[in-house]
Amino acid sequence: MQYVDEFRDPALIRRTAAEIRALIDPGRHYRIMEVCGGHTHAIYRFALADLLPPNLELIHGPGCPVCVLPMGRLDDGLSIAEEQGGIFTTFGDVMRVPGRHGSPLERQSAGVDIRMVYSPLDALRLAEREPDRHVIFFAIGFETTAPSTALTLHRAKALGINNFSIFCNHVMIIPAIRAILDSPDMRLDAFIGPGHVSSVIGCRPYHFVARDYGKPLVTSGFEPLDLLQSIVMILRQLRDGRAEVENQYARVVPWEGNLPALKALADVFELRPYFEWRGLGFISQSALQISERYAQWDAERRFTVPGVRVTDPKAAQCGEVLKGVLKPQACKLFGRACTPERPVGALMVSSEGACAAYYNYVHRRAEVSA
Amino acid sequence: MCLAIPGQIVERSVDDPHVAIVEVSKVRRAINVGLLEDQDLVAGDWVLIHVGFAMSRISEAAAQEQLRLLAMLGEDEQAMREIESYAIR
Ligand code: SF4
Repeated sequence: MQYVDEFRDPALIRRTAAEIRALIDPGRHYRIMEVCGGHTHAIYRFALADLLPPNLELIHGPGCPVCVLPMGRLDDGLSIAEEQGGIFTTFGDVMRVPGRHGSPLERQSAGVDIRMVYSPLDALRLAEREPDRHVIFFAIGFETTAPSTALTLHRAKALGINNFSIFCNHVMIIPAIRAILDSPDMRLDAFIGPGHVSSVIGCRPYHFVARDYGKPLVTSGFEPLDLLQSIVMILRQLRDGRAEVENQYARVVPWEGNLPALKALADVFELRPYFEWRGLGFISQSALQISERYAQWDAERRFTVPGVRVTDPKAAQCGEVLKGVLKPQACKLFGRACTPERPVGALMVSSEGACAAYYNYVHRRAEVSA
Repeated sequence: MCLAIPGQIVERSVDDPHVAIVEVSKVRRAINVGLLEDQDLVAGDWVLIHVGFAMSRISEAAAQEQLRLLAMLGEDEQAMREIESYAIR
């Protein structure tokens, strides 16, 4: 419990942890999935498992956009940019994801024009500054990030910038949750719902989790107290035999979501019939593509996509870890062939990936104190 | 990239209703506020920023807590690098 004293209101944290223990039936095993990678990061960083009873297990879900990106998509995006003599732009988290011919960072040192950006607007600005080059923005992210891509395209259209396109990899959280609920090895009792995704989509889209699958879902903030309170809300539901959608993070998440953001999504994107998720396989209607109206800014319509399929190394167990069936440290490559310095799977790249979070906060710490 | 950074609106742009100047730990940069166009943001309001866009309006107390959370997660420096990279206006 090394962190409790630096938390806001340690006394309240301890009271909430005691409440969790009081709500727990000692004869039962509880498996609660936190869907969002930001939650996974916070749970490891704050060593929250130390505050929880041993029969309450937190399972890490697929909500890390970098982790679920198939390697072939990255190779496709990079090769389009190279073929066009263009500039490949993307977020920092993608820069270290291994592709077939190396990560974007490695390709950059090999002389390919790759720039890291913090915002899709930076990529658009680059296209404005370099009218003779084509700028591709490799877009990734869940519903939190997709609206920013949409508004960037609104702007490209308004300014008439044509040397700019999006290679769209935006994915949606609801089909991923459904795929996990439908997977035969699923043994979950409840979900901690994502925080920032929910600020866009609101709470209504989760109703099927409670209604059709009988599982509670509580959207949660990222502070230690938020996560503990969400667990209390879930345990109360389980104790009472209820399954409902509740909102612990109401200070950020409006029940109805963000209407201008949803409107922008509906204008710029349409559903992809299917999309491959790394580790989870093909999930139908689980991702977004640029709609017909914005076709000229869609890199996939504008250029030929090689359609590279790359299978992950056999020993890598990213899929099992992503589905919550396996703990990161149980993967045969963990800490040996696969480390944050030399990642094999994307779960080891992003600070929101379960493997990197476990490695940095549990594994490394154990090595230091050993 | 899933960081949400709290900032305070200090100025709305006169020429572009989608642009506002925010201040984060004394650094002032331009962000896009188009996703909160229904909120009538004014100087003094606090927002959560994600990849250059204001995503949610929040209270000042929630903003202070979010800053603290970023520091506790060891992500405050990265957040400031991100803010500093945004356009000046
Ligand atoms: S340790 Fe590496 S290879 Fe194994 S599941 Fe994690 S990211 Fe994948």
